[in-house]
Amino acid sequence: MLLALFVGVLSIAPLARLVSAALLPQGSFDAARIGDLLGGRRVVEATLNTLWIATASTLLAIVIGTLAALLAGLTDMRRRTLWVFGFVLPLMIPPQVTALAWVQAFSPASPLLGPLGLSLPPGTRHPLYSMGGIILLLGLYNAPLVFLSVRASLHRLPASLLEAARANGARPLQITRDIVLPLVRGGIFAGAALAFVSSIGNFGIQAMLGIPARVSTLITLIYRQLNTYGPSALNDMALLALLLAGLTVAGMALTGWLGRRGDQRVDGAQRAPRMALGRWRRPVAALAWAYLALCLVLPLTALLGTALVRGVGQPLGADTITFENFANALFHHEGIRQAFFTSLWLTTLCVAVLIPVSVALGYVLVWRHGWVARGLRLASELAYALPGIIIGVAMILFFLRPLPFLGTGLYGTVWVILAAYLSNYLALALRPILGGFAQLDRGLDEAAQLTGAGIFARLRDIVLPGLAPAAMASGILVFMTAINEIQTSVLLVSSRAQTIGPMIIFLEEAGSTTLAAAVGCLMVALVLALMAGSLILGRHLPEGVLPWRD
Amino acid sequence: MSGIVIDAVDKSFGRTEVLRQVSLSIEPGEFVAVLGASGCGKTTLLRCLAGFEPVNAGRIDIGGETVSAPGRHLPPEERGIGVVFQNYALWPHMSVVQNVAYGLRIAGVPKPEREARVARVLEMVELGALASRRPADLSGGQRQRVALARCLAMESRVVLLDEPLANLDVHLRGALEEEFAAFHARSGATMFYITHDQAEALALADRVAVMDRGRILQFDRPEALFRQPASETVAGFIGEGRVVPAHDIRPDGTGRAQAIVLGQPALLRCAPDEKPRAQAMISVQPADLALLPDPAPAAIPAHVTRATFRGAYLRAEVMAGQAAPVALSLNIAAPASLCRGQRISLALRDGWVIPDPAALSSSQPARTDR
Repeated sequence: MLLALFVGVLSIAPLARLVSAALLPQGSFDAARIGDLLGGRRVVEATLNTLWIATASTLLAIVIGTLAALLAGLTDMRRRTLWVFGFVLPLMIPPQVTALAWVQAFSPASPLLGPLGLSLPPGTRHPLYSMGGIILLLGLYNAPLVFLSVRASLHRLPASLLEAARANGARPLQITRDIVLPLVRGGIFAGAALAFVSSIGNFGIQAMLGIPARVSTLITLIYRQLNTYGPSALNDMALLALLLAGLTVAGMALTGWLGRRGDQRVDGAQRAPRMALGRWRRPVAALAWAYLALCLVLPLTALLGTALVRGVGQPLGADTITFENFANALFHHEGIRQAFFTSLWLTTLCVAVLIPVSVALGYVLVWRHGWVARGLRLASELAYALPGIIIGVAMILFFLRPLPFLGTGLYGTVWVILAAYLSNYLALALRPILGGFAQLDRGLDEAAQLTGAGIFARLRDIVLPGLAPAAMASGILVFMTAINEIQTSVLLVSSRAQTIGPMIIFLEEAGSTTLAAAVGCLMVALVLALMAGSLILGRHLPEGVLPWRD
Repeated sequence: MSGIVIDAVDKSFGRTEVLRQVSLSIEPGEFVAVLGASGCGKTTLLRCLAGFEPVNAGRIDIGGETVSAPGRHLPPEERGIGVVFQNYALWPHMSVVQNVAYGLRIAGVPKPEREARVARVLEMVELGALASRRPADLSGGQRQRVALARCLAMESRVVLLDEPLANLDVHLRGALEEEFAAFHARSGATMFYITHDQAEALALADRVAVMDRGRILQFDRPEALFRQPASETVAGFIGEGRVVPAHDIRPDGTGRAQAIVLGQPALLRCAPDEKPRAQAMISVQPADLALLPDPAPAAIPAHVTRATFRGAYLRAEVMAGQAAPVALSLNIAAPASLCRGQRISLALRDGWVIPDPAALSSSQPARTDR
C-alpha cells in the first residue's frame, strides 16, 4: 500500500496534474486555446524540427550502433573489451559536456586539430551550430543505446544457426545479411526506440547547439518560454510538454510495432557465435579505433585543451597553459562548489531512497501478480521514458501551490528536484533489481516462509543477500545518471538550489567557456572514476547489468 | 560421395587436450557413428571435420583433398559438407522452402532449377505440403526432415550429424532412426553420426568408433564391438558387459581358449594371435551366463542380490565366486522366481578374452580395422 502511494505521489499524480493543466487550465476544456497554441508558427516549426532531428539522428544511431554491435559481438577483433568500454563511454558523459567538447574540437585550442591547422579560422560560423550538427551529435551520442540492445540480441543468437549457413556455403557477409540481421531485428528496433526517446528528450545537446544556431525544438522552446515568462506560462508549457510526451509515446509505439512485425524468437544460445575476420582483421580494427579517436579522443582532448587556457581561442602552449580554471571551479567559484555539493547529496539521498523502494517493489512485481503490479510498473516506466523536462514541468505544476499541511510550497527548493529525481529514476533503479529477482529461486523464499519467517525477516535474510549485487549495480547506474543529469533540473533550479548538470549551460551562456570546459572535464573525470570503480567491483556484479562491461 | 581420412589429429583448447592422436578411415558412402560419453571430444571431432575448428596437428582429408592440417584450413563454406545440428539450426525467419533453398541461392543456382530441386527434395522427405510453413510451426520430426532436406538439396558428399535425437522423446526416436537409414540409402552420402546413445549407434551405423577422453578406443562393426571389445573400457561400455578376471589362459591358436574363471574351467573366445597368459580380463554379457537347475560339479556358486521383473524375463544381479565375489547380471526366461539372498549355481557358456593392453599399446595405439 505504501509502495503504491510512493509511486502514485511521485509518478502518477504529477503527470495527471500536467495533463489537467494542459487540457483544462481553468477547469474547463477550451479547444480554441489549444488550437491557437499548437497552430502557432513557432510551435509548428519547433515540432517539425524536433521530429526531423529525432528521426534523422535515430537513423544515424541505428547504422553506427548496429555496425559496432556486429563488430564487437560477432567478430574476433582483438581488444574488444577495451573498445566496447570506449564505445559506451560517451553515453555516460553528460550531453551538455559532449556538446561543449565537440564545439571546442574545432577551436584553435584543440591539441589535435589546432597544430594540424585544421581548426576554424576566427569569425567563421561553427559548422556544429546547425541542424546537421545537432543530428550528428545526437546520433553519435545515442549509438551506444542501439549497440547495447543489438549486442544483447546477438548474445541470444545460437551459433549453430550461423554454422548451418556456413555449411550451406554462405560467406560471412552473406550470413550477416541473410541470417544475423533478420534475427537481431527486434534488438535493432528496441534500440531505435530508446535512441528516438533519448534524442527527443536530450536537452543538453539541443540547447547547447540549437539555441545559438536558432534551431528551435520543443524542448528548448519550453525552456526559453519558462525562463522568459516564468510560472505564468506554465499552462501553455504543460500543453507543449504534453505534445512532446505524445511524440515520444508515438515514436516508441511505432518502433515497437515495426520491431514486432516478423520478429523471430530464438531460444538461448549455448555458445556465442564468432566469425573470423581473417585478412580483414587489421583494416577493420584500424577503422574501429579511428572511430573512437574521432568521437571520443578528439572532443575530450579539445575540452581539456580549452579548460587549460585563459580565454577561448587561445592556442594551447607552454606559455598559455594555466590551471586557473580548475582552481576556480574547484575552490574559488562559490556557485559551482555549492552546485556540486547539492548534486552530490541529492544524488546520494535519491539512491538511498530508491534502492530499498525498488527492492520492495521488485518483490511485489516479480513474485506477486495482478493489475496493481502491472500498473505500478507501467507508471514508473512511463516516468522514465518521458523526457526529463516533462517531469520538470509536471513537478513545478504539482508543487507550485503550498502543500496542505506544511503551508509552504516546495517550488524553488531542492526538495522539488529530489522529488523529480525519485520519479524519473525509479524505473532505472528497478530494472537491474528485477533482473536480480528473476535469477532468485522463488522456492528459497517459500521455504523460509514455511519455517515461519515474516516478510521483513525474509527480505533481510533470504532475498537481500542474493540481491545485493543487482542492488549495487542499480545504485551505480542511478548515481551516475543523476549526478550528471540536466533535463529535469534545468527547469527546477533556482538561486537557492543549483545542481551541477545545468551549470555548464549557465556558464557557457554567461560567456565563461573556459570555466565551463573545466567543469566539464571534472564531470568526465567523475564519470570515469565511477566506471573504473564499478569495473573493480564488477566481478561480484551479475552479468550484463553494467552496460560498459563486455 | 567421398571418403574421409582422419590421420593423427590433435586438438586442444588452451591447455586442455580435447583430441589426442585421433585416426579414422571412413569409406565412401559408409555410415559411421562416434559413440562416447559427454565431454569425450566427439563434438569437437565433428566441428574439426566441418571446419568450424582448426586442428593443432594431424590431417583431415575429405574425398582425397586435404581440408585440415596445421597451416591449411579450408573454411566450412568451401567443404561441401552437410551438417545436421542437435537442435537442427533451422533459420526461424525463413519458411521451409527458403531454408532448403538457401544454400542453392548462395551457390547461384538459377531460380527455375533451384525451385525444381527444392520441390523434388521436399517431396522426397514428404514435406511438400508444409513448404510455406515456418520452422516454429513444425513438429520435432518435421524439423529434422527439413534439416535433412537441406543436406539433400545441396547434394552434400558428406553429412555430419551432431546428436540429432538427443532432445527427443523415446517414442519419436525409433521413427526418426528409420528416417536416417532411409536418407542414407537415398543419398548414398558418407554419414558421420555423433551420439552418446549406444542403442542408436549400434542400430544405425556400419561401423562405430568408441571414444573416451579424446582418444578412439575402438573402431569396428557393431557386432564386433559387442563380441570382441578391444579394451576393458569398451567391454564395460557396450551392451551390459561386465569385466571379470580370469586365470591360466591357454589359447589353441584358432580363436578359442581354455581358462579358469571364478574358480571353474571355461571355454572362451579370443584373438587368433592370443598368447598364453597367467592373468587376463574377460568380457561377459548377461546372455553368456546360464542358471543351472541344481548344484552341479564345475558350477560357479552365486547368491542373488537383487531380482527384478522385466516382462519377458527376470533380471538377476548376483555375486558370483567364492574367494573374491564378482558382481554379474543374467537374464532368466519368464516363468521363474528368484528372491534376494537365494543361492544359485551358474555356468559360463561364453566370454571374450580382452587382448593384453601392454601388447596392444606397443603394436597399434588405437585399433582401426582394415
